[in-house]
Amino acid sequence: MNDQNISISRSQESVLATNKVLKNTYMLLSMTLIFSGVMAFVGMSMNLGHGVSLVLSLVALGLLWFALPRTANSSAGIPVLFAITGLLGMGLAPVLNHYMAINPSVVSTALGGTGVIFLGLSGYALTTRKDFSFMGGFLMVGLMVVLVAALANIFLQMPVMQLVISAAIVVIMSGLILYETSSIIHGGETNYIMATASLFLSVLNLFQALLHLLGAFGSDD
Amino acid sequence: MDWMAIGSAVLIIALMVFIFPRMKHAVQNSPKGSSSDWMGFIIPILAIAGFIILLINMV
Repeated sequence: MNDQNISISRSQESVLATNKVLKNTYMLLSMTLIFSGVMAFVGMSMNLGHGVSLVLSLVALGLLWFALPRTANSSAGIPVLFAITGLLGMGLAPVLNHYMAINPSVVSTALGGTGVIFLGLSGYALTTRKDFSFMGGFLMVGLMVVLVAALANIFLQMPVMQLVISAAIVVIMSGLILYETSSIIHGGETNYIMATASLFLSVLNLFQALLHLLGAFGSDD
Repeated sequence: MDWMAIGSAVLIIALMVFIFPRMKHAVQNSPKGSSSDWMGFIIPILAIAGFIILLINMV
């Protein structure tokens, strides 16, 4: 009887811990998305070029690679995360300016579409409580294949290949949103700063891929 | 080739180096999914594909 009570108490503690990670992740994710949006707006007003955008992305990658894993277990991880998301948001400025000049509705539709897809996938993972840990290998290999294709396309410059890459990014980022949300629910991810970084990158890449697909297939009249 | 292409290539190679150990770990340690597990992934992806087609028709 005593063992049973201890077991129920541990299970309740685990559920509470999971809910806390989930709540903190979504709160931090919404704040970083707003901050990133503000930084993108600042970058757009400054009319940043592609060269600056590339440098900002490289700096963000450096922080993601070296600084975030070292600080994610302390409160110092939060400013690092804001720096990464701010730099990546600002790095979006040239692409956003490009699409705003061609067809502004592409940007708003991609933004709304990304929001709907993210909320839909999160809701799906949260309500079904399915375990998507089996997709880890598939998603990582898929991501590597996409990167190899993107690297090849820098030199090949094939528009069709770029569209295929964008479609593959939508599938992989959607899978990563399911994978990361399921990982939080099942206790695989207990650090909300790392969970936020992962979800933020998935949302950002999803938005960029959607922007490209809508820009290519949508009408421009 | 301009320096932008070289910069983009450097960024992608850096991402590949960043992802490679994670990919290796995930491939070696991920559990195998059943066909019903995969259906749980394929169905939302098909719904997203339909949604994107709808968005394309909207813009």
